[in-house]
Amino acid sequence: MSDPELTLPTFTRIPALILCAALASIACGLFLGLNVPPDAHQGYAVRIMFVHVPAAWAALLCFIFITVCALTQILTRSERADRLATAAAPVGMVFTGLGLITGSIWGKPMWGAWWVWDGRLTSFLLLFFLYFGLIALRGAFEDKARAARATAILTVVGAVDLPVILFSVEWWTTLHQKSSLFRAGGPSMAPVYIHPLLAMALGYSLLALWLIIIRARTILLEQHLAPAQDTPAEIRIRS
Amino acid sequence: MKAFAALLGYELRQAAGSGGALLALGFFAMAASLLPLGLGPDLQLLARTGRALIWVLAALSALLSLERLFAGDAEDGTLDYYATSVLPLEAVALIKMATHWLTTGVPLILLAGLITLFYALPPQAAQPLMLSLLIGTPAISAAGAIGAALTLGLSRGGLMLPLIVLPLITPAMIFGCGAALSGAISAWYLLAAVSILAVLLSPFAIAAALRLYLAQ
Repeated sequence: MSDPELTLPTFTRIPALILCAALASIACGLFLGLNVPPDAHQGYAVRIMFVHVPAAWAALLCFIFITVCALTQILTRSERADRLATAAAPVGMVFTGLGLITGSIWGKPMWGAWWVWDGRLTSFLLLFFLYFGLIALRGAFEDKARAARATAILTVVGAVDLPVILFSVEWWTTLHQKSSLFRAGGPSMAPVYIHPLLAMALGYSLLALWLIIIRARTILLEQHLAPAQDTPAEIRIRS
Repeated sequence: MKAFAALLGYELRQAAGSGGALLALGFFAMAASLLPLGLGPDLQLLARTGRALIWVLAALSALLSLERLFAGDAEDGTLDYYATSVLPLEAVALIKMATHWLTTGVPLILLAGLITLFYALPPQAAQPLMLSLLIGTPAISAAGAIGAALTLGLSRGGLMLPLIVLPLITPAMIFGCGAALSGAISAWYLLAAVSILAVLLSPFAIAAALRLYLAQ
């Protein structure tokens, strides 16, 4: 059987193009970023921003992507939407982890602590747990159709909850009146900082997109190969 | 309306008869006793941290009785009966949430009032704590019921339930502890808002998850 989806040129050529664009963007961003002058307050450590902020950005974009896929899945029962959501969850989780780690590395010289219970950090950590819950829930079902819809429901509930989480931890931070020696947004952005940041952000986003497409493609291929591998030998010979 | 009240009464009698709530209460009492063992006998430290510790432990303990919320009905076919009855599945979800809150949440609040003795909390600290629990535990029952419906029938569902529910109950926990600790009026308003939002919206997610279970 020939699946049109497996033979379309978009299946192989567009992901390759996306990867090239992503790598070019990241290379450009790294080149520009490694040549920026040191910041007045943060010195050379400001350069961590160029790997931290894009990672956090990509993590949030992935979650928005998964939410859109989940809504599509609930409304249209589209298998492609489910595949994309399945593919995107680990990607989002990895970018969230990267954001947490790079943020921690940035925090040590900036605030003197590996971790603080700042509103943004806390809500980002909870995003990590949300991703983890999504992946865990999907893996727990035998029935793929039920897994798809249950994960979609949890995604939508999580998406509704995420602004509430963001709002609640922002409130919690002000409630505890933390003395802040840090600034929430990083250095005030001179254009020389903005260009590498945008380049890296674009590169990370394209990289995330490429990873999602490749993973979705792998899932599709696995689905097509699985029936032949699951059937016992006698039945395979007969058909 | 009569059907709603009848089902609520039935569910309450069923839940009170089964021992699930006792498990949650027992765990709460034991865990709340373990923490001072770890923290040491410094009563001032316990009094400072006690309200938040009790709140978090109460929230976690409430999750323990969630696993059997729908499982018993799913096993003996009562869930199919509910799905085809006069009441919409969203109403059944609301009844189940209310049952969980009345049989687990409210006893937890009362027990928390007693547990404040372990943490050397004076009555003027214990009262805001219990009130914040009263307002916040419906949100926990609501979010927990979503988790229970999603993990219905899974072999590892019991382990997965806290994992997917904890991010959902975090806002209630933050505002609840904020209200109990600081007494800022806005924390109370926000806690009430989170609870109302959770109770109003979760029946739709719960019903969708139940229909998903019944469809297989």
